Amino acid sequence: MPSIKLRAKALEGGLIEVKALMTHPMETGLRKDSAGELVPAHFISEVIVTANDKEVMKANWGGSISKNPYMAFTYKGAVGDKLKLTWKDTKGGTDSGELVVA
Amino acid sequence: MKRRTFLGNTLALATTGAALSTGLLAPQWAAAAGEASAASEASPSPFNLKALDEVLKSLNATDAKTSDAIKIKAPEIAENGAVVPVSISTTLAGVSTISLVVSNNPNPLAATFTLLEGTSPDVTTRIKMAKTAEVIAIVQAADGVHIAKQNIKVTLGGCGG
Repeated sequence: MPSIKLRAKALEGGLIEVKALMTHPMETGLRKDSAGELVPAHFISEVIVTANDKEVMKANWGGSISKNPYMAFTYKGAVGDKLKLTWKDTKGGTDSGELVVA
Repeated sequence: MKRRTFLGNTLALATTGAALSTGLLAPQWAAAAGEASAASEASPSPFNLKALDEVLKSLNATDAKTSDAIKIKAPEIAENGAVVPVSISTTLAGVSTISLVVSNNPNPLAATFTLLEGTSPDVTTRIKMAKTAEVIAIVQAADGVHIAKQNIKVTLGGCGG
């Protein structure tokens, strides 16, 4: 199952609205499981979105972002832009998703 | 931050000092040097800071002015602290970063969004809130750092444990 759902919509005024939903546990490292053991920290710490290989958004996150994180923003772009979202987590995991703005 | 700079300086002095001074002093310097390097490894990220003051300081927001030009869109009451939708937008010019801080969370800094050329100063995400707290938006604009706050009541905390 892909870990990233990426959506883009062209708005008026040459703006593109990007919405992204990632599948990730986002463990803070402060939570205890049912056995009382601390669950080690494991969260997405960096998200980079590029449009036609040019960065449009970089997000740095801590453990306070919800499980299965969502983010949305708009940028100046056009239909046909190639979007790519890449995330990295605190355990060295990474994934990316791509989309052509329609 | 100041303490770390101080330790760094001490370390630099210590290295030269140890090289020049007698063997008697050397073990002491060595111990001090070890401590300093451990401190710099332990806290590289503002996301690991626990005190709100330190987080604000790391974002240069300690004396930032509250601005009406920043809008926080979030519920006044969050039934589930595990998922609280928050949008931050601003009409300030030349915005380079938007940071999101939750005052009562164990690690207050939740996110820093870096806006690149052409990106609108308007971001949305979902955060966890341990308990009722102020959500603070910190915006680095062309003319300095501005902040805005909104109180969110949480009926069920979202950080487990």
